[in-house]
Amino acid sequence: MESVHFSSDKLQKTLQTENRPGSPGKLAVSLTFARRALLKIRYQPEQLLDVTFFPVLMTLMFTYLFGGALAGSTSQYLQFLIPGILVQTVIFTTVFTGVSLNTDIAKGVNDRIRSMPVWSPAPLVGGLLADAVRYAMASVVVLIIGLVLGFRPTTDIIAIAAAIVLVLVFAFSLSWVFTTIGLVMRTSAATMGISMTLLLPFTFVSNILVNPVTMPSWLCALVTINPVSLLTTAVRELMHNQFDWAAISWVFVASACFIAVFAPITMRLYRRK
Amino acid sequence: MLDMPQGSSSDYAVLASGLVKQFGKKVAVNGVDLAIPRGTVYGFLGPNGAGKTTTIRMLATLLQPDAGEALIMGHRLMKEPDAVRRHISLTGQFASVDEILSGRENLIMIARLMGYNAKQAKKRADQLLEAFGLTDAASVQAKKYSGGMRRRLDIAASIVVRPDLLFLDEPTTGLDPRSRNQIWEIVRALVASGTTVLLTTQYLEEADQLADRIAVIDHGRIIAEGTSSELKASIGSGMLHVRLQQADQRARAQEILASVLQSPVHSATDPLLLTAQIQQPELAIRALGELAAASIEVTDFSLGRPSLDEVFLTLTGQTAEPKEEVKA
Ligand SMILES: Nc1ncnc2c1ncn2[C@@H]1O[C@H](COP(=O)(O)OP(=O)(O)OP(=O)(O)O)[C@@H](O)[C@H]1O
Ligand SMILES: [Mg+2]
Repeated sequence: MESVHFSSDKLQKTLQTENRPGSPGKLAVSLTFARRALLKIRYQPEQLLDVTFFPVLMTLMFTYLFGGALAGSTSQYLQFLIPGILVQTVIFTTVFTGVSLNTDIAKGVNDRIRSMPVWSPAPLVGGLLADAVRYAMASVVVLIIGLVLGFRPTTDIIAIAAAIVLVLVFAFSLSWVFTTIGLVMRTSAATMGISMTLLLPFTFVSNILVNPVTMPSWLCALVTINPVSLLTTAVRELMHNQFDWAAISWVFVASACFIAVFAPITMRLYRRK
Repeated sequence: MLDMPQGSSSDYAVLASGLVKQFGKKVAVNGVDLAIPRGTVYGFLGPNGAGKTTTIRMLATLLQPDAGEALIMGHRLMKEPDAVRRHISLTGQFASVDEILSGRENLIMIARLMGYNAKQAKKRADQLLEAFGLTDAASVQAKKYSGGMRRRLDIAASIVVRPDLLFLDEPTTGLDPRSRNQIWEIVRALVASGTTVLLTTQYLEEADQLADRIAVIDHGRIIAEGTSSELKASIGSGMLHVRLQQADQRARAQEILASVLQSPVHSATDPLLLTAQIQQPELAIRALGELAAASIEVTDFSLGRPSLDEVFLTLTGQTAEPKEEVKA
C-alpha cells in the first residue's frame, strides 16, 4: 500500500505556511493526552475488559460467595455490599494505570513528546484523566449489576452521582501511587506484582465486605483508619441515608495526601526517565 | 564557559563542549565537542554503539549530561530546557509516533499540543499528509505502515511547526533506495527553508550526499571532523579491492600494490583479499597491470567509494568494532 510519490512543491508549501500558534494551556494539553488515550480504546476495545468483565465478576462472586453466610440472605447483603464492591472494583482498576504507564514510557513517542515545549506533567495528568473515564465506566457497570441483582439505593440520583464522583476523586489520587511504582519498576509484570501486593491488604483490611465490630480491637482500629473504609462509609451513607460530611471530608483529606506525596515523586521520576 | 569557535553563538545552532554520558561503567559519550552552523546539515557518522543516539538525546533535553555544556539556538541546554524545546524537534531512531493511532490522529495530536485549535490542527494534518504522500493511508494505524511511510510520518510529525533545529536519528536505516531518496529530498527541502538538521547515519554515502559538515564518532569520541571533501582528502578518494587466485601470492601482491599506489595496502581476514586506498584511478589500472606482469592471477577486482569500515580503518588503523549490541 505504498502510496504515490510525495510532492516536492507541496512539501515546500507546508514548510513555508508558518504561523506558529501560541503555546496551549496546561489543561488543554492534558486534555489532548486524555483524548489520545481514549482514542486508543477504539483500536483496542479489549482495554475495557478490566472495567466491564472484572466488575461483573467481582459483584457476582462476592454476592453469592459471602452473601448468604455474612448477612443471612443475599438480598440484604447486597444493600451493604454493592457500595463496597463499587469502591473495591474501582480501586483495583487503578493498578492498570501504573502498568500501562510502565509499558508506554519505553515507547519512542515519549521521546518526541518530552522534547516538545509542552507542560511536562501533561501526559501523566491526561492519562489519569482518561483513566477516570474508565473508572466511571466500572462504577456504572457495578451499579447496573447491583440493581439487576436487587440492590435498592434509598436516596436520590444526586446522592448516587455524588458517591461515584467521590470514588473517582479518590481513585484519581490513589493512581499516583501506582504511577510511582510503574516508574520505579523495570517491567510491567513487576509493576503488577508489587501493586497487587500493596493493594490486597489495603482493600481487604477495610469495611468493604464485613462490619469490623467483630474483629480483634487492633484490627478494628486499623480498619477504621484505612482511607478505603472511610470512602466505603461515605459511599454507603450516600446511597442509603445522607451526605456524611465527616467521612466525605476524610476522603478528601486522604486524597490530598496521596497527591501531595506521590504526584511530586512521580513527576521527579518521570522527568528523569 | 564554552570556548567558542570563531563567530558568535548566534551563528551556531549547536555549540557543545565536553559532553560526557556514562551508563554504569560504560562511557557512552566521552567528551564530545560540536559546533553546528545554523542553516546547515550536520552529519554524525558512526557504527553501532558509537554514541550517536546518546549524544542526540542529551542535546534534545532528554538525558542529563554527566559533564559538559551546550548552547542550543543560543539557549543553555541545562538551565533553559523549555526555551531549548521551543526550537527543536526530534525524530528518534525507533518510531517516535504512536503506532496504535492512525497517521492523521498522530499529526492532529502533535498539532494540538503545539497550540493549534481543533480545526487548524485537522487542516495542518491533512496538508502534511498530502505533502508526504500519506493521504491514502491517513486513517490507517501507523503500525501497519511500511518502513518508508513510517519514517515520512515521523518526520511530518517533527515539522508540524517547522523547528529551527531538527534531530534525525538514522532516518534511512533499513529503507529501500527509493524511500531513502525521498527522505533525502525532504531533508534538502527543510534546510532550504531554514531549518538546521543534525542527522546520524551509518552510511558514508548518506553523510556525503546531505551533510555540509561531518563528524565521525567512535567509542563516544569524535575522531574526525570536517566537510565531506576534507574527510575524503584524508582517507583517499576511493578503495581498490583485489581478489587473488592463490593465497600464497598475497604477500607479493601486497608489495606490488603498495609500490605502485604509494599508499598502505591492507590485507583483510579473507586470505585472498587485498584492499588499498587510491588517490587516482589511473594508478589502479597500472597496479593491476603490474600484478598481471608478475603473473599473479586476479579473479576479481573492484574500485569503490570507501565504506564506513574503510574510513575507520584509515582514521583509527583498526576496523570498526564488530557490532555487539549488549544493552545493560
Ligand atoms: N540507557 C542505557 N543504559 C546503558 N547503556 C546504554 C544506554 N543507552 C546506550 N547505552 C550504551 O551506550 C553506548 C552508545 O549507545 P548509543 O545508542 O548512543 O549508540 P549509537 O551510536 O546510537 O548506536 P546505533 O547505531 O546502534 O544506534 C552503547 O554501548 C550502548 O549499549
Ligand atoms: Mg542510535
